[in-house]
Amino acid sequence: MKHFGVFAAAALALAGAVAVSATPAGSVDEAAIRDDAMPRVLSAYGFFADACAQVPGKGVTAYRLNTPLFSDGAEKLRFVYVPAGAQAQAQAHGEGLLNLPVGSALIKTFAFGEGDTRRLIETRVLLHRDSGWVALPYLWNEEQTEAKLAVAGARVALKTPGGEQISYRVPNKNQCKECHGLDGAVVPIGPKARNLSKDWLADMVSAGHLDTLPDGADTLPMWEDRASASAQAAARAYLDVNCAHCHRPGATASNSGLDLRWEQNDPHALGIGKRPVAAGRGAGTHLFDIVPGKPEESILVHRMLSEDPGVAMPELGKATVDDDGVAAVRRWIEEMSAQ
Amino acid sequence: MMIRLTIAAALLASAAPAWAETHSIAAGEGAQERLQEALILAQPGDEIVLAAGRYAISDGLSLDVDGVTIRGEGMDETVLDFTGQQGSGEGLLVTSDNVTMRDFALENPKGDGVKSKGADNIIYQRIRVTWTGGPKATNGAYGIYPVESDGVLIDGCKVSGASDAGIYVGQSNHITVRNSIAEANVAGIEIENSRNALVTHNVATRNTGGILVFDLPNLPVMGGGNVIVENNLVVANETPNFAPPGNIVAGVRRGTGILVMANDRVLIQDNILSRNPTAPIMIVAYTQGFDDPRYNPLPRNVVVGANLIEGGGYDPQMEGAEMLLAAFGGELPPVMWDGLGAPGTVRIAPGITGWNLNLPEQGKGLTGATPGPLQAPPPEDIFYREGIGAPAALEARLAG
Repeated sequence: MKHFGVFAAAALALAGAVAVSATPAGSVDEAAIRDDAMPRVLSAYGFFADACAQVPGKGVTAYRLNTPLFSDGAEKLRFVYVPAGAQAQAQAHGEGLLNLPVGSALIKTFAFGEGDTRRLIETRVLLHRDSGWVALPYLWNEEQTEAKLAVAGARVALKTPGGEQISYRVPNKNQCKECHGLDGAVVPIGPKARNLSKDWLADMVSAGHLDTLPDGADTLPMWEDRASASAQAAARAYLDVNCAHCHRPGATASNSGLDLRWEQNDPHALGIGKRPVAAGRGAGTHLFDIVPGKPEESILVHRMLSEDPGVAMPELGKATVDDDGVAAVRRWIEEMSAQ
Repeated sequence: MMIRLTIAAALLASAAPAWAETHSIAAGEGAQERLQEALILAQPGDEIVLAAGRYAISDGLSLDVDGVTIRGEGMDETVLDFTGQQGSGEGLLVTSDNVTMRDFALENPKGDGVKSKGADNIIYQRIRVTWTGGPKATNGAYGIYPVESDGVLIDGCKVSGASDAGIYVGQSNHITVRNSIAEANVAGIEIENSRNALVTHNVATRNTGGILVFDLPNLPVMGGGNVIVENNLVVANETPNFAPPGNIVAGVRRGTGILVMANDRVLIQDNILSRNPTAPIMIVAYTQGFDDPRYNPLPRNVVVGANLIEGGGYDPQMEGAEMLLAAFGGELPPVMWDGLGAPGTVRIAPGITGWNLNLPEQGKGLTGATPGPLQAPPPEDIFYREGIGAPAALEARLAG
């Protein structure tokens, strides 16, 4: 039975990533995840069978989010590891966040370029230790053979898919916490049932990594299908994923009073008719976060459209404007006038 | 013997651990990475020492370890230069408790200067934040910016050029701001949605408004009050407002000395106020409409004790200024109340005159104002000070 579980997990992982013919030989070093240290290199964890090709190792499963966080157009390869003999719980955290047991890891690689020209830039890992979650950034070398711990972060010159030449920011360890911090602890953000597919979750259950199928799967629209979603669903999903990890109670931007979580329904908390608190010059010439029907007068849109540090939102994790995200939010605000 | 042991143990517990390390950083190649790495790898009790020099910083710095001291060799000697900053909303972000910062400067951060959030018992000593191009709307919002913290001591700091507030304490408790200089900011020193604040022995000059104490609606922390503003020099706050229009401080009128808005129990005494041409002291309700049942928009229990005030509102930036000046004989009395709040909201020491806008309704601007002299009762004998100011224990962490 146990053998079957491992086999199923490996097969699933392959289905979700690049197809290769052989079962990967790599296996995860659980001590690297759990011990109170900061491994200097990514390979120490054994997450990948072929790291350069981003082929996951045994027990490591690829996943995607319905609506992803924008990171200057980076291709993002996401993986989850649940330790052998343990299971994630579907219903334990707020907002449907999967409760991953101690010894679990979330792995996210950021890449630019396609096909042969694809370059891995960084891999961020979230490790669930006895003391809580720890976030660490790893920077890939030029040869693409190894990624090294970069606690102080880095800057990398690269070209975005939109053709913009930028200085891409690899966050430092503290900046990881600026987004992942909630009530003083580091927590995962992405793997919430509402932003994961039912099929993937069902596969995780069959593989034995998850105890039961959570409620609310697939609530957020698939980002590439947003045109067929309602303006509200597309925009609220975007704001939940891109903004609400800070703009919510208990998080980095709690003092703003703005709460952009999917489950927030109070118009004022969402910024409608809300005056800024500590926006400083970020407010531009505008008076309210959101002016119904008037995206061009809304601080929210103004800050999304900026590339200027001190004005630009989100503050971390991007250097360019997300035109698609702006369009989705704009459409939502425009439609508000009809209400 | 037993007692001695206990004392020794207590001393050990309160001092830095014996194994505390010092991380020395010098300016030059890779300084930012070396500094940020030290800020991340530091252990509680460690000191990060910044040698004199100019540090070119291209990204926001941050500290998330309790009990760390960051110190330079002086606010004019150790300078973190953020002119080339490419990311982050502030120069330095502190999110841990019992942190001490002293003797260094930040210049030209793109957003805020030093922000500390949820960072209890924090000390800012002899920290300078300067936007070197003078007052500009493109400058960052706040120079020194502790928020959501219990225990804040700001001593001997200097901030100029902030497009919102030079020294801004928000949503915090047990605060002291003293011996500091706020020059050429929109608001010099601002205490917002905070309790138990002591603002003393500061200089606020060339700002749009000198010292502001107020409460805003719809914030996680409200109910600001128990604030003492005393022994400050509040002079020549005549800089035209350069805040971006969306800001609450964009509504601050040029020439405001000390402003109290929507706050409970505020004592203003023993200050020297001169050349604050709209109003040396202004006490008002929140000016906008709002929708928040937890919020009280009115000023309550504001005491103007003895202050040395030279001149009143001789050039008020206000609708109908000419008529007002004519009515009051060329100059408005130094204390202005908008008239909102219960009778007796404002108490004024004998010898200081005031005027009353007599506004009929909160949130409606100057509509319906019927200005006239202010008849206010004198202060009561005692202003209860217990619990106001930073915890006394923080004093022991100050450098001489």
